[in-house]
Amino acid sequence: MTEVSPSLGSRDPGASVQRLSGPRRDRAVALASHPLTLRLFTALILFSAWEYAGRVPVSAGFPGFIETMKAMAEMTADGLLVAALLITLQPLALGLAISAVIGIGLGIGMGLSRVAEWLMAPPFIVMQAAPMAALIPLLVFAYGIGLAAKVLTVCIMAMPVIVLNSYLAIRQTPASLIEMGRSFQGSKPQIILKIMLPSASPVIFAGLRLGAAAGFIGAILAELLITPTGIGDLITYNQSIAEYPKMYAAIFSVIALSVLFIEGLGKIEAAIFRREGRRA
Amino acid sequence: MTARARPAIADTPIIEVKNLSKTYEGGVEALNDVSLDVPQGKLTTLLGPSGCGKTTLLKIIAGLIPSTKGEVRVSGRMVTGPGPDRAFVFQDFALMPWATVLRNVAFGLELRGVGREEREAVARRHIAEVGLAGFEHRHPHELSGGMRQRVGLARALAVDADVLLMDEPFSSVDEQTRRKFQEDMLSLLSARGKTVLFVTHSIEEAVYLSDRIVLLSRRPSRVAEVIEPDIRRGDDPEAIRRHPAYLDTVETIWQGLKRYLD
Amino acid sequence: MKLFGYHVPMMTSLILWIALWEILGQSGAALVLPPFSAVVERVFEIVPTPTYLKALAITAEAYLLGNLIAIVVGVPVGVLMGRSVIADRLLLPWVNIFLSAPLSALVPVIMVLFGLGMTTIVLTVVLFAVWIIVLDARAGARGISPSLVEMARSYGATPWQAFSKIYLWAALPEILAGIRLGCIRAVKGVIIGQLLVSIVGFGHLFEIYSSNFLMEHFWALVVTLFIFAFAIAEGLGYLERRVEYYAASRN
Repeated sequence: MTEVSPSLGSRDPGASVQRLSGPRRDRAVALASHPLTLRLFTALILFSAWEYAGRVPVSAGFPGFIETMKAMAEMTADGLLVAALLITLQPLALGLAISAVIGIGLGIGMGLSRVAEWLMAPPFIVMQAAPMAALIPLLVFAYGIGLAAKVLTVCIMAMPVIVLNSYLAIRQTPASLIEMGRSFQGSKPQIILKIMLPSASPVIFAGLRLGAAAGFIGAILAELLITPTGIGDLITYNQSIAEYPKMYAAIFSVIALSVLFIEGLGKIEAAIFRREGRRA
Repeated sequence: MTARARPAIADTPIIEVKNLSKTYEGGVEALNDVSLDVPQGKLTTLLGPSGCGKTTLLKIIAGLIPSTKGEVRVSGRMVTGPGPDRAFVFQDFALMPWATVLRNVAFGLELRGVGREEREAVARRHIAEVGLAGFEHRHPHELSGGMRQRVGLARALAVDADVLLMDEPFSSVDEQTRRKFQEDMLSLLSARGKTVLFVTHSIEEAVYLSDRIVLLSRRPSRVAEVIEPDIRRGDDPEAIRRHPAYLDTVETIWQGLKRYLD
Repeated sequence: MKLFGYHVPMMTSLILWIALWEILGQSGAALVLPPFSAVVERVFEIVPTPTYLKALAITAEAYLLGNLIAIVVGVPVGVLMGRSVIADRLLLPWVNIFLSAPLSALVPVIMVLFGLGMTTIVLTVVLFAVWIIVLDARAGARGISPSLVEMARSYGATPWQAFSKIYLWAALPEILAGIRLGCIRAVKGVIIGQLLVSIVGFGHLFEIYSSNFLMEHFWALVVTLFIFAFAIAEGLGYLERRVEYYAASRN
């Protein structure tokens, strides 16, 4: 993005631009406007604001950034945080794996078969729009307060978007590609495996990424609503004893983990599909 | 009978471009030391191979892009940005799809804070002049390409600027519509004494329309040649297109431009 | 789908699912699944009660207020990001983070700071809705045809005029898409907020029904919520399609 159309930022468009040039200045400008520099810069602003708000203090329940980071370092050092994150990851990983396998399978089936589409698409369209979190209490009744209910919570949150993305991805295979396959006498399995699936894969992958984001919401919700374990336990326990820095540290760590995980998925996605010149 | 009297073109320039250069960020040199005058009340064309920077030059004159070096004066005043003395007609029409023809044409006046009744009256008059009476309440997507550009022209006329800057206004209009539109535009403009600076890559269009043609070389552009076609306008348009002077000029320019193609 | 040569509308399969639900419920196979007919009966029973109507009113208020804040803040920020490189570079990474972050983890923070009341629910709604609104408004503002921007400038538009008369309208299809997605996320936000706070609105009802094992009541509540959510999503989708013509005619 080198050439940018006139923006709200450039108030004085007509003024002739007299840029001070010189290699050193150019390099300084390039460094200052580098996305990473700006990201660190905004992070600095955000964390300073957080620290400031913590020192005012805005509320007794609002520790500053440094205090929170100290608590996080402490919890990391005694292994509490890592142990909690691993516990939280359990239902998440299980739930996501189940949702991915079943969800992609169902979605592809719906994309290929009109009957499957008619039968399965409506419930998933409703689930996609609906607040599935409302079903969590029912899962507890049906499956108790153990791992099963938590895994299913992740599944009901993550599955709809995975199913619908896979289904639409298959359905939207360019007709000309399929006709090309048929004109070369490709068999139905060949057309599905060699044309439809590769054509659909970016959108299916994007569905997985969205499903993972929804799954994280579900996993945390399960721990907050069903039984406090893992990170949910650290959050609720420290909240109840007003140990706010630790509570914030737990929240910070789980959000950071999910952001890194989802960004990682995005990077993989970009690496696979950008090479082919397509984006999900 | 000549519709437009053709005295020597040496009269007062309204646009003066002096030693203009433009280098884009990233080092692409679009213009290199361009100087030219545009005479008042005439139609001047910027003609050159595609990608030669003619649109860049037009947009610098419009004040939409800053220059790197040199200056542009319109009516003696330095151009530092867009101004009410110039109105721009866009290649892709730049109509607002959510607004009616009436609001699109009145938009320049709306931005200046002219009251609704007054600006709509002005807009209606110009809509009628470009031949779109009855289409005031249509939306752009309901119009053909030629009609859309008539809306663009009416919008530029409605602000009553001295200079009309037109960036390949007919390139997105189909061939049949284009000829009729060109003739309509010539008669409309000759009645008003507007100065027009017109960018095109069509030699025929340039020769048919212009009082003066500025030939630009390939990028970085310089002024290669200035030609003043000796064509009597107001004659039957078909006669003009068959006239030896017209055909000769087209041929001369083609010969001149050919060396930029490879 | 076609069946015996007749076109069968897609959503009709829901009837089949409901029939299955009824059979399962009647058979008593699953303890937590009462028959659909009983649930429907309960719907008509609980909806007119003052408790339900009050919960609905509170939820609707939090939902609408939260969405309103998200739109009023999100759209201008998104358009600014779409038109200014600096604003975009500063804000985009954070918008992307919050778009996919598990926001349910932040609700306890809001609860600590703002108590167990309306404010917390409203803020949860804002938190769920605002990011996608920003991102779509940004996409819309980036997609504005450059010549339309130049047109505004060449006719002397002030920055405010350019924003209110051109950018906002040119980006409208994307902005509306963002608002629709934001509203769908907000439904989830308002329910998650109430489940966690659990003493306000439907959250309170969920608590009562589940702790007393009133499964029919519980399902009746879920069914009404799903209907609301689906109606909101479809209604906004319909509105969006009505402006689609000019999204298609922009280029």
